[in-house]
Amino acid sequence: MTTHNPHHKYTLVLIMLFMGSFVWAKTWTICPTCEHNSIKQTIQLAVDHDTLVIQKGTYKEFEILVDKPLVIKGVEYPIVDGEKKGEIFRIVSDHVTLDGLFLINVGVSYTKDNAAIRVVQSNHFLIQNMVLEQLFFGIYLEKSSKGKVYHNRIIGEAVDEYNSGNGIQLWYSSDVEVSKNHVQGTRDGIYLEFSDQITITDNVSMDNLRYGLHFMFSNHDIYTRNTFENNGAGVAVMFSKFITMKNNTFRKNWGTAAYGMLLKEINDAEISGNTFEENTIGINIEGSNRIQYINNDFIGNGWAIRVVGACYTNSFKGNNFLYNSFDISYNSKLNDNKFEGNFWSSYTGYDLDKDGIGDVPYRPVKLFSYVVNRTPETIVLLRSLFMDIIDFSERVSPVFTPDNLKDVQPLMKIRP
Amino acid sequence: MLKILKYSFYDLIRSRWSYVYFLFYLALGFVLLFLNNDVSKAVITLMNVIIVLIPLIGTIFGVMYYYNSREFTELLLAQPIRRSSIFMGQYFGVAGSLSLSLILGLGIPFLLYGLLKSNAIFDFSLLLVTGAFLTFIFVGLSFVIAISNENKIKGFGYAVLLWLFLAVVYDGLFLMSLILFEEYPLDTFSLVATALNPIDLSRILILLKLDISALLGYTGAIFKKFFGTDLGFLVSIAILLVWTVLPILGLRHKAKKKDF
Repeated sequence: MTTHNPHHKYTLVLIMLFMGSFVWAKTWTICPTCEHNSIKQTIQLAVDHDTLVIQKGTYKEFEILVDKPLVIKGVEYPIVDGEKKGEIFRIVSDHVTLDGLFLINVGVSYTKDNAAIRVVQSNHFLIQNMVLEQLFFGIYLEKSSKGKVYHNRIIGEAVDEYNSGNGIQLWYSSDVEVSKNHVQGTRDGIYLEFSDQITITDNVSMDNLRYGLHFMFSNHDIYTRNTFENNGAGVAVMFSKFITMKNNTFRKNWGTAAYGMLLKEINDAEISGNTFEENTIGINIEGSNRIQYINNDFIGNGWAIRVVGACYTNSFKGNNFLYNSFDISYNSKLNDNKFEGNFWSSYTGYDLDKDGIGDVPYRPVKLFSYVVNRTPETIVLLRSLFMDIIDFSERVSPVFTPDNLKDVQPLMKIRP
Repeated sequence: MLKILKYSFYDLIRSRWSYVYFLFYLALGFVLLFLNNDVSKAVITLMNVIIVLIPLIGTIFGVMYYYNSREFTELLLAQPIRRSSIFMGQYFGVAGSLSLSLILGLGIPFLLYGLLKSNAIFDFSLLLVTGAFLTFIFVGLSFVIAISNENKIKGFGYAVLLWLFLAVVYDGLFLMSLILFEEYPLDTFSLVATALNPIDLSRILILLKLDISALLGYTGAIFKKFFGTDLGFLVSIAILLVWTVLPILGLRHKAKKKDF
């Protein structure tokens, strides 16, 4: 008795197809002393789905146009030196893979956004294990979707904002995965504009001139487990909807105009499990509604949360506020936001029924922060005895700060 | 004068007040550093203590010492010694021993916790210098108050009132005027108002040296532009010196005229 299994047939066909493409796809080896010693020329010779293997060495080439689906792979990080003349790689075809190259010296221009790698209107790209140095723009995705930017190292030496570019920039791109990259010393570490459904995970963005991560008009994006450290102005999320921010770390964004995170016109976002440590302002919120702040840690910031205006129906639950100079700063007497079950290190209430929840509500807005919002010059009285005294009396009986702005269920013990 | 200075100094040491004061700062320094091992963070906490406690202790101590040693002073006045050297000697004896207790009491624990290796050494020395200045200023002021008032209760009252005014009320008036005139540019005003009060001046001088100065924002930038430069630093030290010298001159003047 014979059984007929249609699956086997398909598998066989697939294997045949795979073998076929394997046989037909050619591998080109490029090295400084080989027959093929130029990347540009070899790309012209190659046909679709070929693989280019670049051996160790230095290749002084720029404006390399990749116009067919190719896999371009470096062995032991060959150096492609653009000699500051312009862009290095320009990808205009779908299904291109760049892997393991060392790109240096992108040309700085005041009229063109030269990038080390620019992907133009191409889908299914993969850019991985690249090292970019001495750059203007790093990886620039332009109207390109469904790709992956993975495990790259981008190290710039930006000094001024006007003549430096962004590390990874996405413009009108969607469904892109950006993960495990390290971006350092550029203008904006990662910049998104009009880019939806982007996943940003496990990246480190530090020592950038302006923002570690910058969102503009980009919706339905998720960013998780990233670290943003010592950036000129922290992270800015602006004019975007449905953003999920989880388990990120914002550290040491310290300076007179620096924020851990700046939220402007953000609606329906979720911010949870993040750590904000030693920033001048942990989160600066302006015109942002329906945001859930859950289980975040605010440690040693100047201001943990600063609400500038027009923020409604936000909810703060289960956050830890530890040793911030000001926990919350508010500029109006109106409050429509909810604080519930947070831990406040400066809470001095008691818990008679031992249910872990303080019996006295906590008022997170100090009178001093209210006064400072009204007349900024009064900040010179920071840490004076007089301010401590009036803060204390305001806490006992609030007159100036919003009456309903309080945490009625403050935790007695820190949320682990 | 030196002999009387030495006498006052040893008198304080014998009466164990210097030790108590020294041990207080020693304990404070050790406890702070034990609770958080970070030298630069401890400097911030110390600042809060120093700008409130040093003036208070200086004031109380000065008044107390003057009234307590009144009989001895009268005995000295009967001797062929210049009046100014008697009072200067007592003043420098008290202020010197208080400053020494402060510097040693805080210096020892910080040195043991590796101050020399940390980069907070400059902030810390600034803290000690302003602390010493505040001691000299407030002991001087309290001596002037004590010499002008025969009545001990009155003298104590005025001295505490003076401390209360400079440490608390002044800032209140300052705040009120800032809020009242918020429509006007207030940068120069707040600069001048800060510089005029030795407690505020010391607080701002120390704050600007610490990371926390970033919180001061725009106003802080203006302050930094003034106090952060060498000139601004010299100006503020000069203001502190003027604050030190004025009570001394007042003391000499009063001592010369007073009828004992």
